[in-house]
Amino acid sequence: MKFTLSWLKDHLDTTASVDEIAEALTDLGLEVEGIENPLATLEKFTLGKVKHAEQHPDADRLRVCIVETDEGDKQIVCGAPNAREGITVVIAKPGDYVPGIDVTLSVGKIRGVESHGMMASERELELSDEHTGIIELPSGEVGESFADWLAKNQPEKVDPVIEIAITPNRPDALGVRGIARDLAARGLGTLKPMKEAHVEGTFPCPINVTIDEDTREHGCEVFMGRLIRGVKNGPSPEWLQQRLKAIGLRPISALVDVTNFFTYDMNRPLHVFDADKIRGNLRVHRTKGGETLVGLDEKEYTFPEGAVVISDDEEIESIAGIMGGLRTGCTEETTNVFLEAAVWDPIQIAKTGRALKINSDARYRNERGIDPAFNAPGLELATQMILELCGGEPSEVVQAGAVPDTDRAYKLDTDRVQSLVGMDIPAEEQRRTLEALGFRLEGDMAHVPSWRPDVQGEADLVEEVARVASLTKLVGKPLARLHVGVPKPVLTPMQKRENMARRTVAALGYNEAVTYSFIDKASAELFGGGSDATMLENPISSEMSHMRPDLLPGLLQAAARNQARGFMDLALFEVGPAFDGGEPEDSQLQIGGLLVGATAPRDPYGSRRPVDIYDAKADAEAVLSAIGAPARQMIQRNAPAWWHPGRSGQISLGPKNVLATFGELHPKVLERMGVKGPAVAFTIWPERVPFPKAKGATRPALTASDLQPVERDFAFVVDADVEALTLVNAAQGADKKLIESVRVFDEFHGPKAEAQMGAGKKSLAITVRLQPSDKTLTDAEIEAVSQKIVDKVAKATSGVLRG
Amino acid sequence: MDDLRQKYLDAIAGAGDEAALEDIRVAAVGKKGEVALAMRSLGKMTPEERKVEGPKLNALKDEINAALAAKKEALADAALDERLKTEWLDVTLPGRPRPAGTVHPVSQVTEEVTTIFADMGFSVAEGPQIETDWHNFDALNIPPHHPARQEFDTFYMHREEGDDRPPHVLRTHTSPVQIRAMLDQGAPIRVIAPGRVYRSDYDQTHTPMFHQVEGLAIDRDISMANLKWTLEEFCRAFFEVDEVELRFRASHFPFTEPSAEVDLRCSWEGGKLHVGEGDDWMEILGSGMVHPKVLEAAGVDANEWQGFAFGIGIDRLAMLKYGIPDLRAFFDSDLRWLKHYGFSALDMPTMRGGLSR
Repeated sequence: MKFTLSWLKDHLDTTASVDEIAEALTDLGLEVEGIENPLATLEKFTLGKVKHAEQHPDADRLRVCIVETDEGDKQIVCGAPNAREGITVVIAKPGDYVPGIDVTLSVGKIRGVESHGMMASERELELSDEHTGIIELPSGEVGESFADWLAKNQPEKVDPVIEIAITPNRPDALGVRGIARDLAARGLGTLKPMKEAHVEGTFPCPINVTIDEDTREHGCEVFMGRLIRGVKNGPSPEWLQQRLKAIGLRPISALVDVTNFFTYDMNRPLHVFDADKIRGNLRVHRTKGGETLVGLDEKEYTFPEGAVVISDDEEIESIAGIMGGLRTGCTEETTNVFLEAAVWDPIQIAKTGRALKINSDARYRNERGIDPAFNAPGLELATQMILELCGGEPSEVVQAGAVPDTDRAYKLDTDRVQSLVGMDIPAEEQRRTLEALGFRLEGDMAHVPSWRPDVQGEADLVEEVARVASLTKLVGKPLARLHVGVPKPVLTPMQKRENMARRTVAALGYNEAVTYSFIDKASAELFGGGSDATMLENPISSEMSHMRPDLLPGLLQAAARNQARGFMDLALFEVGPAFDGGEPEDSQLQIGGLLVGATAPRDPYGSRRPVDIYDAKADAEAVLSAIGAPARQMIQRNAPAWWHPGRSGQISLGPKNVLATFGELHPKVLERMGVKGPAVAFTIWPERVPFPKAKGATRPALTASDLQPVERDFAFVVDADVEALTLVNAAQGADKKLIESVRVFDEFHGPKAEAQMGAGKKSLAITVRLQPSDKTLTDAEIEAVSQKIVDKVAKATSGVLRG
Repeated sequence: MDDLRQKYLDAIAGAGDEAALEDIRVAAVGKKGEVALAMRSLGKMTPEERKVEGPKLNALKDEINAALAAKKEALADAALDERLKTEWLDVTLPGRPRPAGTVHPVSQVTEEVTTIFADMGFSVAEGPQIETDWHNFDALNIPPHHPARQEFDTFYMHREEGDDRPPHVLRTHTSPVQIRAMLDQGAPIRVIAPGRVYRSDYDQTHTPMFHQVEGLAIDRDISMANLKWTLEEFCRAFFEVDEVELRFRASHFPFTEPSAEVDLRCSWEGGKLHVGEGDDWMEILGSGMVHPKVLEAAGVDANEWQGFAFGIGIDRLAMLKYGIPDLRAFFDSDLRWLKHYGFSALDMPTMRGGLSR
């Protein structure tokens, strides 16, 4: 919402400066977004008088002038045709910045003649587009400030423009009067009395108006109008054009400009029809769907069912409260005009506006709610202005529907400001504030003014009082602790787990990324997503159309971007939600980690090697361990399709509860995502890890034997597809009491191994640690356990000791 | 006997290696060595002579043995020194590479915020990011078709044909967590709710996803003055300064009444943010007293309970505190950015050790 200072002063009697007004507005909740104050840029220019002007010796169009200024006589070369002796001009001196030409002046030589400044045109000072000659003032003294002269003689030219942001609850502040009312309540001046007009109609309105029965509710409350015949439309007067131009509106014609004036002055949108183009009467009704209308913006709109429109006897002529139709719009030739003022249902306006995708000023105002009580007075004032500007003869007013009764009252509890806001404001001051805002007080009941649809309860009264008193006066007051003493921890076990997981992965050398929760459909599909249920109805781009089914596609895209920048070795991770449906409950927390390229940069010690699945597995296990997953886990092979089928595994508790997946990504997935491999990854679902049942910080006692443990190594020849874990578990089962641990320390496979051990064979070597608990082991006992291990492994894997 | 002593001590001193030393040992104190031979001769002496000569010989034996041991150690030391001289490595070569991971500023700042509010008794509430229309709007006093809805640039989820429920939304703010927390826990309540939020906006200063933290405190007598104090304390702790000054400005949010935008006094001297000094005011958050309709929607009796709510941009807090210039880069995962603006895994914010290093 833009307005000028002089416009504000139509409604507010004030001596406050622009800065004071701006500060008060922002503090009142009408946040100032910008101030254009032409006076600020004109401050340094002063008036001068041309004492003498003669032809430039070396240029036909230039004149050399001697100008009297506050700093004495100056020689100025000027090309304006009106530069002549005796005129009062505006001087810009060397060092001054001239806004219209974006130049800071210096002493110059023009065709050999020195020039000490310039005499400015209106365009050069950004006062208008006038540039046929320099400014010639009818009055003014040498040395007088041009800004002062303008403020005194042509205030409209230096009228400061203030732009404020209007929150949706304040339709009244969409009119200059509403803004003035707030300022007056704050004490920045006095609200001038409301203008009133009553124009008696001299003949019955030949155009009748009706509202269909089904349109009265949630459609049109009241529709008033009148014919004014014999008007002469044309450009509106200078003052009106100046007003509209100052706030960025294009003057169109007197009739249209009048409607725009009331829109901004009083937040009273109006519409003018060319009455000669209306066939028969006007009818407010709902659309059936499929009808069309070409609007004033010359676009054709097709109506949905149930939109509220205005038709004449033949077809739709106006989108009620949103935009008029082109056919019945007023033109320079209009001589008979039908003036409309109506109150529309805000929700209906919003629905229709959204369906037709029209963002007009009328829609903006009507869907926030205009003052219904001002409908008739607004029509009268506009009639009066049209008669003043265009002449003509008004008919009587026709009306359909009735002005809605918005009267409501809430109890003003003057203690509430203290208890809710914490400000001490005397009761009398509270009542004064509300009255200044237009509330009517009856005892302690405050009746809400018709222009404040937002006030709907007692809390709103408190807000108004506090707002006008200024929240800057609010002094902080300690919030008592809920519990006396040391604060209790507040995080849930799951929240702690998330933090622990994040810092564990970072400690393992991964860089945390935060990627968008939505990705493109193709990427989502690669990871089991991309269904319509996870689709956005209005994505910002096709790259962000579906909720991610997994964190890995986002991390892979990040990897590809980094590879494009020349970073080939990456360790990225993210902690966040993944989505498997479109309902609120369809998301799970994931921890995704991605390793690409090599484990380390090249170094003299050969640390560098390509990342492999055992890196990903170790990291996944470290994270699971950090968040308290049970140690005994299953490893399964049925990882989803985006993993390498032979090089991926699932860490699970029982066959169904998969805690994590790790492995190499499928080469096709890498190719599609544009990542150059090798690439391994893990996905962990921390919410699937059960919380330990035991509570309390006490740990079981340490059992550490004094007896010497014994380690024995075994190498087995097994079929190449035998899994190490099967062998380890078999060995472990040989003597659960004695065997403390079993670890694989060598795997020998491939052509060389097969050459030694036969086709389809490999060797797995384990080290078994025996920990006796009551006496040192004898050789015979060790031998017995060893034999049991060999037997168990043979039974489980058909493996034999390697000779 | 003195000759004998001198002879061997000289020989020991002059020995060049362990072998020569061994030869001397054998010759001197070995079983057939000169000292042993001399010992044997004791048998032929008178008891008186023996009493004098015996101890002398024993002392000589001990002295030679000690000299041998000392020389042996000296020789070993010399040999070790010699070997160490050959074991030279280039200590300027780099150490073995060890990857250093980082924590994203959003995670770090979220933990900082959580840490501060935990100290004031606020627990952490959570809610879904795909949210119902009711939780995101209606319950927060933003009815359908209200112009306030349009200000949110909402992302809507797809609706199957025939499913006539209003479409779910990607939550446009963390405020719906207020509703869920109150429905869940009732009053009194003190929670914050950090997390991802979404708005359909992408330009220099907006990304379609960003992070907010919601705060909610409901009790019997919590006022806006308590809100101001809470935010002052938060800003003081978060920006790690001794003093802050906040300015409340009237504003409007459908879910609070009265509502206030909150500005923080600061200066931008030298292009750097200084909180608590200077003449600039920076808008940092929106807040207010929870609207009675919101309390009622969340099943809390507005005649009995009242309190405040606020919402702060986490990304923005991170940008301000750590001087990060561009919001869009937060979600670009540029490795250089992650390493430069990220935090060490062990940089855990605490109240006892401070929030940042």
